Amino acid sequence: MINILMCRPAYYAVQYKINPWMDTHIQPDASLAHQQWDNLLDQFKNNDVQVHLIDPQPELPDMVFTANAGLVFNNTFIVSRFRYPQRQKEADFFLNWFKERDYEIRHLPEQYYFEGEGDALFFKDTLIAGYRYRSDIHAHRFISEIIECEVLSVELTHPSFYHLDTCFCPLDQDSALYYPGAFDAYGVKVLESVIPNLMAVSDEDAHNFCCNAVVLGKKIILNQCSHSLKVMLEDMGFQITQLAFNEFIKAGGSSKCMTLFLENPRDSRH
Amino acid sequence: MTRGNHYDSIVRLHGHLIDSLTLAKVFDEILDRGGDYESEEISIGRTKKDLSIAKIRVTAPDPEILSSILKRLHQLGASVEHEEEIVLEKAKMDGVFPDGFYATTNLPTEVFYQSEWRAVENIGMDCGVEWDHERLKASSIKMNDVKKDHDYVVGIQGIRVQPQNEAIHSNKFRFMNSDVSTEKPKGIYIKQIAEQLRTIKNSDDEAIFVCGPAVVHTGARDYLCQLIEGGYVHRIFAGNALAVHDIEAALYGTSLGVSLAEGLNTSGGHRNHLYAINTIRSLGGIKKAVEQGILKNGIMYSCIKHDCSFLLAGSIRDDGPLPEVITDAVQAQSMMREKVKKAKLVVMLSTMLHSIAVGNLLPASVQTVCVDISPSTVTKLMDRGSHQAMGLVMDVEAFLHELCEYL
Repeated sequence: MINILMCRPAYYAVQYKINPWMDTHIQPDASLAHQQWDNLLDQFKNNDVQVHLIDPQPELPDMVFTANAGLVFNNTFIVSRFRYPQRQKEADFFLNWFKERDYEIRHLPEQYYFEGEGDALFFKDTLIAGYRYRSDIHAHRFISEIIECEVLSVELTHPSFYHLDTCFCPLDQDSALYYPGAFDAYGVKVLESVIPNLMAVSDEDAHNFCCNAVVLGKKIILNQCSHSLKVMLEDMGFQITQLAFNEFIKAGGSSKCMTLFLENPRDSRH
Repeated sequence: MTRGNHYDSIVRLHGHLIDSLTLAKVFDEILDRGGDYESEEISIGRTKKDLSIAKIRVTAPDPEILSSILKRLHQLGASVEHEEEIVLEKAKMDGVFPDGFYATTNLPTEVFYQSEWRAVENIGMDCGVEWDHERLKASSIKMNDVKKDHDYVVGIQGIRVQPQNEAIHSNKFRFMNSDVSTEKPKGIYIKQIAEQLRTIKNSDDEAIFVCGPAVVHTGARDYLCQLIEGGYVHRIFAGNALAVHDIEAALYGTSLGVSLAEGLNTSGGHRNHLYAINTIRSLGGIKKAVEQGILKNGIMYSCIKHDCSFLLAGSIRDDGPLPEVITDAVQAQSMMREKVKKAKLVVMLSTMLHSIAVGNLLPASVQTVCVDISPSTVTKLMDRGSHQAMGLVMDVEAFLHELCEYL
């Protein structure tokens, strides 16, 4: 069974602007947001996923995006160091949640930012880690020492795709989706070198957060995507579930941002 | 920090640098931004899990470019290498360095203090390094200028000396910075010196001539006067003898009693140099002799008339001496040290004593030419640490004659 951590959008709102998607004048519709989040929760439940919940906190509207809480590896939790002060208080709540469940807690050096699974995704036994907008490459060495895996750092070069999980999505042992516009030539080369079937998504799909998809074995849950992407994924044997996440895209997140996997490496989920 | 004509910093990277192409990217970024690099140490992890380490020296032509490169490299995971700071200790008494003080060379030197590399001012060999807390500057200080309770560098931590080759390679005469030989084709060297004098004349730098009395004995006096009058000589360093023989020649046409026109001993000529000294002393000095129209030509005359400063340092065998001669050796050395600060080229003509004295005061970056009929003068100069000196083993009259031809 797959275990994930989610957080109800009880206090979700756009209260500040820390990415290009956010605009405090364009607030999400609260009831619609709740409905979209519930739809995702239902999908998980229907697919035998054990969903754990952390209590939402007032004044921490982005806590709904649990992928940024940290990175879980076996029984170790590497707690995030959020770059923006607006999110830094989230860390203690996540830390306590994992502490109470007997995870071994690991901290990174104070001066280095790292935003968890939002910027670190496993492809087989290699951790692909994004840096620049939210996480520091300096943190990657420490993560590598903790998890004893190869960490391949890729620089993110498009501010709208500020977390790795907004532009990169491992699908299985051979394949991953990525948005070329979010990486430089070095990053693309690195991804090509480790992923045999690296599939580019279009600008439109990228801006619809199609890379911010949750992959549960052969099932993929994502925001609305193009027909061509859907067909391509179905041809590979995936079952596609498209849900509306537009209320969360107003804050720069979609299905994957609201999901933190409680088991890594990724193999255990297949 | 500066190193001669460039600025540099050492950075360290630690991670999966090869597979993530981070190292390749770092190298490309340095070059793309106008810098350069040297890999000081690269250790590549043996397995996929092992981390690699790279230590790279980044160089840039100016501090802004270096700073922009370092800023970018920091984004790519590089940390600027922690530098060790100098250790300072207070002098317990005037004229005595603290134990274990850092003894300087004549090569460009920097100290790392308060997180910055700073050049040591007025570098000269066999000095210590004083740190001035008010000016935030380091300067080289000779032993008898040490002041009680001032701070001096001890040990070698936080000190960087530019390698000799780099210092000398910024020197125009690098092709001839080597051996002393009578076999060298001298014309081309002299032509180079002439070109350098011309360049210096049109700049804020200075050319200093260090002269022995052979300049007068050999009949080269007029050529040196031509150089002074042409504005190619900014300062003359010499002893009592040069001035005495020059003045004897002006007043009596002899040098130590030998007629400069005929090359023969003159009757009673042995008294001439003493009469010359006596005359100048009676007039109150060389300058006054020129002002009163008694001294009408020669090296000293040209210096006074053409704004070329001269410094005459005394020695134990001096007759007189002339009133301008500084007989306190420590004082003379201090004054010379002050006056070499703008020197770009120093030409030493037939004087072992003054050549070595001046050589001791010069940074290795100052072009130094030593002309002497005796190879041992040049050898001695180099043996005492003035490795930048280029030797021309030849007669000083022939040298100055040819030099004037080129100017």
